[in-house]
Amino acid sequence: MHKDYDVAVVGGGLLGSAIAWGLGRLGKTVAVLDEGDIAKRASRANFALVWVQSKGLGMPAYTGWTVRASEGWGRLAAELKDQTGLDVALQQNGGFHLTLGEDEFAQRGQLVTRMHNQVGAADYRMEMLSASAVKKMLPLIGPEVSGGSFCPLDGHVNSLRTFRAFHTGMKLFGVDYLPERPVSAIARDGGEFRLSTPQGEIHAAKVVLAAGNANQTLAPMVGLFAPMEPTRGQIVVTERTVPFLPHPLTTVRQTDEGTVMIGDSREEQLDDRTVNHAVSAVMADRAQRMFPHLARLNVVRAWAGIRVMSRDGFPIYDQSERAPGAFVACCHSGVTLASNHAFDIARMVTAGTLDPDLVGAFSARRFGAATAPGPGTH
Amino acid sequence: MFKRIDQDNRPRVQILVDGAALEARQGDTVSSALLASGRDVRRATAVSGAPRLPYCMMGVCFDCLVTIDGVGNRQGCLVPVADGMQIEIQKGKREIGR
Repeated sequence: MHKDYDVAVVGGGLLGSAIAWGLGRLGKTVAVLDEGDIAKRASRANFALVWVQSKGLGMPAYTGWTVRASEGWGRLAAELKDQTGLDVALQQNGGFHLTLGEDEFAQRGQLVTRMHNQVGAADYRMEMLSASAVKKMLPLIGPEVSGGSFCPLDGHVNSLRTFRAFHTGMKLFGVDYLPERPVSAIARDGGEFRLSTPQGEIHAAKVVLAAGNANQTLAPMVGLFAPMEPTRGQIVVTERTVPFLPHPLTTVRQTDEGTVMIGDSREEQLDDRTVNHAVSAVMADRAQRMFPHLARLNVVRAWAGIRVMSRDGFPIYDQSERAPGAFVACCHSGVTLASNHAFDIARMVTAGTLDPDLVGAFSARRFGAATAPGPGTH
Repeated sequence: MFKRIDQDNRPRVQILVDGAALEARQGDTVSSALLASGRDVRRATAVSGAPRLPYCMMGVCFDCLVTIDGVGNRQGCLVPVADGMQIEIQKGKREIGR
């Protein structure tokens, strides 16, 4: 039987391209079906942290999966550099969450304690530091900083260049990137999947749904379930300045090219075409209380983006029981988890089995009875 | 490369460029004064360090970035000179505290 591709990956964002790159790396023939340039795309609207601290409260397996990703990132960055010549500027020397005032410090301390007490979670050495201890590592903090949490595994990367490197690498591996092909239907016929797009049908032996929030509508086409609850976030970007911030923070980081990114807002609305200046003002105010020098810098951009987010905030990886060979993958932290997607998920898709030890906890079965719907049940 | 026209008899204004005195004319922008000086006033860009001079002279291209009276990343083409103004040719990124 003729099949056009070993695997069709639906979605060419950071997650889809990481998996497709990983599949291409393993010698598979792969098609990536993507929307166009104006798609809402978290791959171009993210904060670029490779982040461990505070991940996994309520789901210890997510802590382990995140630590594994953090540890795999060095290899990923090196392989992308070797293959494409692009340096994704990975920096993993630890990161901070800073607090302003004593109340925030106490709250953060309680979170750290809860994380430490969680049974079954990997220990990633997150610790609370006093303001004076923070100042030794971040000399430019202001007097309102009461301290913060530090995790030595945390880091950041140039996520736009990572995205580009995956796409450059995919091409070198012979992966077919097919834009302007949103998938409207998926049928399974005689052991192959047929994916309908405005530019014709694509046939593949396996399919990986990696379309972010759109997975919610795609998953039921192959007997899968991906309940998503996206939110909006905003970012403020300053002009380039000399390196002053040796570690990334949850809310402030300096890019490898010198700009300062500020932000961690969360809004319910899902229109990413406007910016709420009241929200930007709060973020900028907090940032300059953390680093008073920032007050002198000009803001050159502010933007909003839509987060990919499952209903409980944790990743979803599943293979369909009704249609084996159909996989779904969605997560909020497409930057942090990129190494796992490129190496582990690609390997599992190739093998045809999701490794229960690594990703069994992330099945959508955790959401309850609605996980195995028949056609048309929602 | 640039030469002032002979009939230009606007009042003289003295500015300092990297500490050295430079005679400009009232109404000059910082960028035009720098270009007219004939000195090497090339800045270095923030990422690659490539040498640049003012280009569009109308506030669009940002190739005229310069430190004026201690404030980095000013657009020299939009700022008129003033007596005693201190100009520093900016080499690379703006400093965080200036």
